[in-house]
Amino acid sequence: MATKIVMEALSPTMEEGTVVKWHKSEGDTVKSGETLAEVETDKAIMELIARGDGVLRRIFTGEGIAVDVGSLIGVIGSADEDVSNIGPTPVGDSPATPSPTETPSAPSQTTGSDTAIDHPTVQPSDGRVKASPLARRLATERGLDLANVSGSGPGGRIVKRDVISAPVGVTGAMAAEYEDVPLSQIRKTIARRLVQSIGPIPHFFLTTEIDMVNVTEARASLNAMGDGQKISFNDIILKVVAETLIRHPDCNAWWQDDHIRYFRDAHISVAVAIDDGLITPVVRSANHKTLRQIGQEVRELASRAKDKRLRPDEYTGGTFSVSNLGMFGIDQFTGVINPPEAGLLAVGAIEDKAVALDGQLVIRPRMRVTMSCDHRVIDGAAGARFLQTAQHMLENPLAIVW
Amino acid sequence: MHTVTYRDALNEALREEMERDKDVFLMGEEVGIYQGAYKVSRGLLDDFGPERVIDTPIAELGFTGIGVGAAMVGLRPIIEFMTWNFALLAIDQIVNSAAKMLSMSNGQFPIPIVFRGPGGAALQLAGQHSQAFESWYAHIPGLKVVAPATPADAKGLLKASIRDNNPVIVLEGEMLYNMKGEVPDGDHVVPIGKADVKRDGADVTIVCHSKTVIPALKAADKLALDKIEAEVIDLRTLRPLDLETLTQSVKKTNRCVIVEEGWPSCGIGAQVAFDIQSLAFDYLDAPIERVTSADVPMPYNKRLERAAKPNLERIVEAVRNVTYSAS
Repeated sequence: MATKIVMEALSPTMEEGTVVKWHKSEGDTVKSGETLAEVETDKAIMELIARGDGVLRRIFTGEGIAVDVGSLIGVIGSADEDVSNIGPTPVGDSPATPSPTETPSAPSQTTGSDTAIDHPTVQPSDGRVKASPLARRLATERGLDLANVSGSGPGGRIVKRDVISAPVGVTGAMAAEYEDVPLSQIRKTIARRLVQSIGPIPHFFLTTEIDMVNVTEARASLNAMGDGQKISFNDIILKVVAETLIRHPDCNAWWQDDHIRYFRDAHISVAVAIDDGLITPVVRSANHKTLRQIGQEVRELASRAKDKRLRPDEYTGGTFSVSNLGMFGIDQFTGVINPPEAGLLAVGAIEDKAVALDGQLVIRPRMRVTMSCDHRVIDGAAGARFLQTAQHMLENPLAIVW
Repeated sequence: MHTVTYRDALNEALREEMERDKDVFLMGEEVGIYQGAYKVSRGLLDDFGPERVIDTPIAELGFTGIGVGAAMVGLRPIIEFMTWNFALLAIDQIVNSAAKMLSMSNGQFPIPIVFRGPGGAALQLAGQHSQAFESWYAHIPGLKVVAPATPADAKGLLKASIRDNNPVIVLEGEMLYNMKGEVPDGDHVVPIGKADVKRDGADVTIVCHSKTVIPALKAADKLALDKIEAEVIDLRTLRPLDLETLTQSVKKTNRCVIVEEGWPSCGIGAQVAFDIQSLAFDYLDAPIERVTSADVPMPYNKRLERAAKPNLERIVEAVRNVTYSAS
């Protein structure tokens, strides 16, 4: 039986995709799981995988052409099968392609049986992903695509242990452990009134100036150890933000419309500028990682981000963002929150300034940071406490391990 | 705490409740002069007299109906069936009179009655006298059903049943009457509708009640040798079920095996499995398994009888299936 090849939603927000390159030509033999084509999504270049065995009989969408998610772009069938009734017909009465009625909320929903429900003809019946309900839920939480997990249960069923042992991203990310807290009435009222006032995300901003003398010394002595990778100020800021979030879990949260999701680990979205925009790869569970691990990971993610080679699970699932424009000499700025996260720290340049200290005028390296808060989740005092802890930690770097 | 047999724990409950409330009385075959076919009512005739400990003819439908009538006029009868097999003759009074009277009299006649006796199989009593009727009674709106597994629960649940203003079915066990256990001193009442976690575990929930608690706990010990930690939940009350305790446990363990003495079709386990999949669907890592009696009339032959009943080996096998850990 023929298998239709459709443009799949390969990122959580993808609505259309462009075939960058077909890896197979018409007439080539293909196997289920093989790469058929490279597709540029709104975020990255992803591989489109064959969902059936046979011969690539027809290609409907040439390289460089953008089509909507769900569009038919090719057919796999047996060598002698009549596939002329599949695909665009000259009379123009082809059945409407199923349109993406909603944006999948997690990458794991882009394939597997969820897709099969929307597009019943996409997958052969034997291509169904068999997984326990628990395995499905865990995979969704981890941003894991069950199509890439092999099942150890009866008949190949994917069970809990298969999901737990499956690699998630290059870092072996931990589960997004969190607690959902229903909205109290006052929280609902705050949310409603503030959105009326200032747009979908009611931002407010808190700025403080941090003395960077001790961090500068600490960084210099770490780097003087001459042990490979140098630590940057940004690495230290990421670590400090992660540790501060663990101490202030009320800032480590997602706004979820009818509840707030509080996370137990700090997954830091790091804003990275790329040629035609920006993307926020995520350093997962940064609170559990060393400065050196964070540094290596950020550099690796940033370099692949510039090549558009990030996988969706590498740029989703963050719980708080850090945006640093210090390298451009920006003294201070306000960042725009990356929903559903509730907070962002905008980091300015470190500059020598004249400050009064103990009654003396002295020159000190100072850095201004501005926290953007979603007021539906973070109230002024909570944001201020967060910023105060971050400031203390940067002014006394040993507090990171306190 | 004091240590008594299951039989004497029931006797304590009867005695204490009859002392506490003069409207409580006991009626059934051989409960008086013979002191009970299983000696549960030992000494009660001497202490409370023939008006409150009443020997009946072998006429279950008749004395059950008299009990329902007594409850309608304000007494609190305890009807003993020598075994629940004999209650088949009286089930019309239980189902059509006791269970429905409150509703069909528009609330005018509460029926505070207890029906009690041993249920399930004992040893070589053959097909007609080895039946577990849990699901029959748990099916009926208007009834509550309890099935204690230990002396402490036997006493506490019987006391709660006597004080309850609804008809309560108390399923005891012939093979449990001699079991000894600790019972708290004083007025020990176990609330109806609360399951009991008999053993903590993280890997699988074994749901059981009455006699099956014993093989379930033994199976858990055996599985622990292979690093499978089973949580054993004794339902204690079969109607209403303690869904909160069940759901909490399965959300933790992700797997469930239900053990019961009844037949498989429409059994207690069928209901529990439905409730768990409905309340904890996203937490299940395997289809729920059941261990029941074989789907046949109980054989008289000793070996066949043993093979027909739920046992330790079948529980262990079911747990291995749901934990995907073939031995």
